[in-house]
Amino acid sequence: MKNNISDDPAQFSPKHNYEKTKKEVGYVTRKKAKNTDYQRIGFMSGLEVHQQLKTKEKLFCRCPAGIYHDHTNYDAEIIRHMRPTLSELGEYDGTALMEQKTRKEIIYRINNKTACTYEIDDTPPFKINREALEYALEISLLSKLNIVGEVHITRKQYLDGSIPTGFQRTAILGVEGEIPLKHKKVRLIQLSIEEDSCREISDIRHTRIYKTDRLGMPLIETVTYPELYTPEELKEAAQYIRFLNRSTGKVRTGIGAGREDVNVSCKGGTRVEIKGVSHNKWIPELSHNECFRQWALLNVREKLSKKVQNPENWKIQHIEIDYRDYDLKYQPIIDGLIEKYRIIAVNLPDFKEILSHFTQPGKMFADEIADRLKVIACLEKPNMTHSEEIEPLIIQDNFEKLKAQFKAGENDAQLIFWSPDADIKTALEVIEERCKMAFDGVPKETRKAFGNGTTIFERVLPGADRMYPDTDSAPIPLEDEYITKLSKRVPTDIIERYNQLKQWDVPEDTYTYIFRNNLYPLIERIVKELKLNPKFVGSFIGHRLKFVEGHFKSANKFDYDKLFDLFKFLIDNKLELNLCKRILPIIYQYPKMDFNSILTSLNFKHVPHEEIISKIPFLKQKFQEIRISKKDEVAVHWIMGELQKTAVGNITPEQLIKAIEK
Amino acid sequence: MSEDIFQGYKGKALDILKKYNVRVWGLAQIQTSRGNFSGTVLPRSETDDDKHIVLKIITGYNIGIDTATILDMKETGYQKANYKIPEKEFPYTKGKPNVKLLGTGGTIASRLDYRTGAVIPAFSPGELYGAVPELADICNLTTEKLFAVFSENMGPEQYKALAIAIGKEIENGIDGIIIGHGTDTLSHTAAALTFMVQNSPVPIVLVGSQRSSDRPSSDAALNLMHAAYTAGHSDIAEVMVCMFGPTSDEYGFLHRGTRVRKMHSSYRSTFRTVGDVPLATVRRGSVTPIKKEYNHRRKDRKVKILPYFEEKVAIVYYYPNMQPDMIDSLVDNGYKGIIIAGTGLGHINKPLYPAIERATKKGVHIFMTVQTLWGYVNMFVYDTGRDLMNKGIIPGENMIPEIAYIKLGWVLGQTSDPDEVRRLMLTPINDEITSKEPYNGYLIYQGGVPEVEEFIKQFRK
Repeated sequence: MKNNISDDPAQFSPKHNYEKTKKEVGYVTRKKAKNTDYQRIGFMSGLEVHQQLKTKEKLFCRCPAGIYHDHTNYDAEIIRHMRPTLSELGEYDGTALMEQKTRKEIIYRINNKTACTYEIDDTPPFKINREALEYALEISLLSKLNIVGEVHITRKQYLDGSIPTGFQRTAILGVEGEIPLKHKKVRLIQLSIEEDSCREISDIRHTRIYKTDRLGMPLIETVTYPELYTPEELKEAAQYIRFLNRSTGKVRTGIGAGREDVNVSCKGGTRVEIKGVSHNKWIPELSHNECFRQWALLNVREKLSKKVQNPENWKIQHIEIDYRDYDLKYQPIIDGLIEKYRIIAVNLPDFKEILSHFTQPGKMFADEIADRLKVIACLEKPNMTHSEEIEPLIIQDNFEKLKAQFKAGENDAQLIFWSPDADIKTALEVIEERCKMAFDGVPKETRKAFGNGTTIFERVLPGADRMYPDTDSAPIPLEDEYITKLSKRVPTDIIERYNQLKQWDVPEDTYTYIFRNNLYPLIERIVKELKLNPKFVGSFIGHRLKFVEGHFKSANKFDYDKLFDLFKFLIDNKLELNLCKRILPIIYQYPKMDFNSILTSLNFKHVPHEEIISKIPFLKQKFQEIRISKKDEVAVHWIMGELQKTAVGNITPEQLIKAIEK
Repeated sequence: MSEDIFQGYKGKALDILKKYNVRVWGLAQIQTSRGNFSGTVLPRSETDDDKHIVLKIITGYNIGIDTATILDMKETGYQKANYKIPEKEFPYTKGKPNVKLLGTGGTIASRLDYRTGAVIPAFSPGELYGAVPELADICNLTTEKLFAVFSENMGPEQYKALAIAIGKEIENGIDGIIIGHGTDTLSHTAAALTFMVQNSPVPIVLVGSQRSSDRPSSDAALNLMHAAYTAGHSDIAEVMVCMFGPTSDEYGFLHRGTRVRKMHSSYRSTFRTVGDVPLATVRRGSVTPIKKEYNHRRKDRKVKILPYFEEKVAIVYYYPNMQPDMIDSLVDNGYKGIIIAGTGLGHINKPLYPAIERATKKGVHIFMTVQTLWGYVNMFVYDTGRDLMNKGIIPGENMIPEIAYIKLGWVLGQTSDPDEVRRLMLTPINDEITSKEPYNGYLIYQGGVPEVEEFIKQFRK
């Protein structure tokens, strides 16, 4: 295969162009990035934090919440097609129109255990789940939001099929709140309660399959203002909101129970939403790369503006090509031909050096086109190749030939895609549309996150035009009395808890673990009721428990309140507290064992202080005899070692040292 | 005042808006004891309370503000929304069939109504084309809005007006007729039109939707496409109901107007042919007959319009312990015909007998139908039935009670001669009475049975 990587500076090299544009953009890895880098590109971001509530039932029907099924465990399938409808203000939403283009057939898998006729939109909603509403209001109060006087259920259009009705029932509970971070306060726009969506099973060509187990589970969404200016700050806010939600003890934990949408823009860029980030640790890398992707797209715009005078007249040219006239030995093309796909070549005037322009680590502008071809024209990847591939998929001669056929200019670029007949029209529209968007800079999009920190196009970013009042539900008044009653139940602020832990001198590396698992109330209870040293309790939980959790398997879900019982047991039996460290791994693995049995299994014997201390003189004498050292510390150390087994649980090391030193 | 600037607000909420001089569609900043809020003031549904003001906030959501918490309020702008389905001129294509859509109301195409917070119909061809552009590939559509009533408000006046309008359209050479209709009484109207419009040379298709067209998953668009295809292209020249077959967006059924019934309050696949199989299935480009015998499309225009209806007709749904005064009161109020929906094979309790006797002697025509919906009246099996027939009740064979009601109204609109009434009632016009019930005319499979579950899993409901 002929290679188009060349060291000859006179000859165009996509690889060099990629590296060159990366440099122009000033891309740095996140590890090397400094705050000044983020200032340079105007990093700005905000969050939409989704959190499932721990209710027994779903939000608008009486199906159980939190039960999940395998893909193949279903009782029936239903098909729906979605059509865009007008918003309340009489507009069509851009996303809706995009989804209309995709002509998707949506299949829902229904399991009778977790879905009823409501989920598939064959029964109107039942009254809102009051348990869910109450939990969500508590979190709203904790988030310092202005609570609305009346809850209005609104329909938010989703035409991707993730909700069979074509909209999500959602309602605002509060607006204008704030959360305190270490160095600043971040304002909240709003908090809403809403139904969770379906889980996608597959999305191939024009068929998308969903399951409905998660559909309709109560969820809250906390939205911040876009005032987080570094990826780290963004993560801190995400953590804070997550911990705040968990501090109520009324939210679900586990995979998918908390998900973040991250809004990012750069200076001169536009709001792009990275959807469904399920791990907060991914946030910095994703937002970093997205900001630089936008910065890169602005560089593309800059370059194009120099090359193209009248962007509004810019057009692609296309021809169908016959595989017999070209050398297209590339398996996906051959597979396509078997499926009667047609091969279309497209000329992109003045797009030389653009297709291979850097966008994200390992990605170039051409990928932006390929992503959209997949999502909108439903062409599975790989769906195209082009004249600026770093690793060419077909030999370069093909493009030389195409250039001649198009009578293309020196600055034009070419791409080839293969597609079923029915999708060609949409595909061509998609290609032209995405290229034309490059003249404007950054398209408004939602993007799907990957663990490696990159993103791909998911859909056009929806706007306020997708909202519509839910004509099936009456508004729900929230009286002052009710709100006052709820506010009495609200736990203390995370920031106060944070400060308290600090004041107690609990090591800072334990905080994330403590808040993540909502263990603060337990620590507080142990400290207050059992009068134990907070630093000791905090470290025990933040270090020991975390270690045990990471290294042992619990037979059932471990109930953290057991730790209170453990300390109470030690105190009541006048046992030495450090014994907790030996008991923990066992109680963690076998939560049903009683403490006395655990002690027996540890071969623990209760020995009075006096008996232990009485052995000291004998050991001192023995040390004199063996005489390994003259130093006193060594003597103490040696005696401690000899007594350790009996001592643990009966006498503290400090007491023992004192007795030896006497 | 030419326009209501406080649309839907009343009582305390209205006082507050007036006090601070804030209008509906005004951009408002509101200070409350719960903090500050800002947004556009929306109209309020008349059925909601007078304690809240509705705001659309910047993110597009609606919220309510408790008037008791309001400390201050200020209008800072004004922005009226214009909720309108885009109108595009319906294109005319030579060679495509001409179809007329007669509108009666219902949710085929609809938009938001702030007065009630519910939806109201939208209708012009332009609006329909804007919402369902695929219609232009099927036929040349014109529309006429006869009334705008909810299905439950349809009655004899509307039936007659519809029949006359259909007659005119047929005379004028139309290729097919669609009637947009709410679903609740769709089958009543279908029956009425079967009796009033006889020997039609073209399809007459009644269609509705179970989910209003303001939701993306509405069945309205697909039902409308199915109906348009049927009206324009199918060979079945009868009065039919066209609605979803399964609840999935797959195909529709064409039900004969005299054997169809709404069977679920909210399912999309709510209409079922009772005691028989549907006429046909319909997809976006094909009608596949299930029944072999039907009235075929013709070129002539020989339609018979019989727009008659006697309003003093009632259905009595029998229940145990029904008192005779239920029948007496109908007779005393001048009712001329009664359809009884009896238990089992067509029974009512003994205490009613004298009342029945009184009624028939006074010339009230009473027909018996069955609550079971499926199956025939048979009053010979038990003595009680024979007694009832002696007292003047006429068995109504396997007429569905509501259809029998419509037919009796139609018959009594033409004659009150007992023999003629009996003859007309028992002579089927289009299968309201069938000579036999096929074995697959009654299929209500019970969930939970392994074979049924297997079937449901394999074939989309």
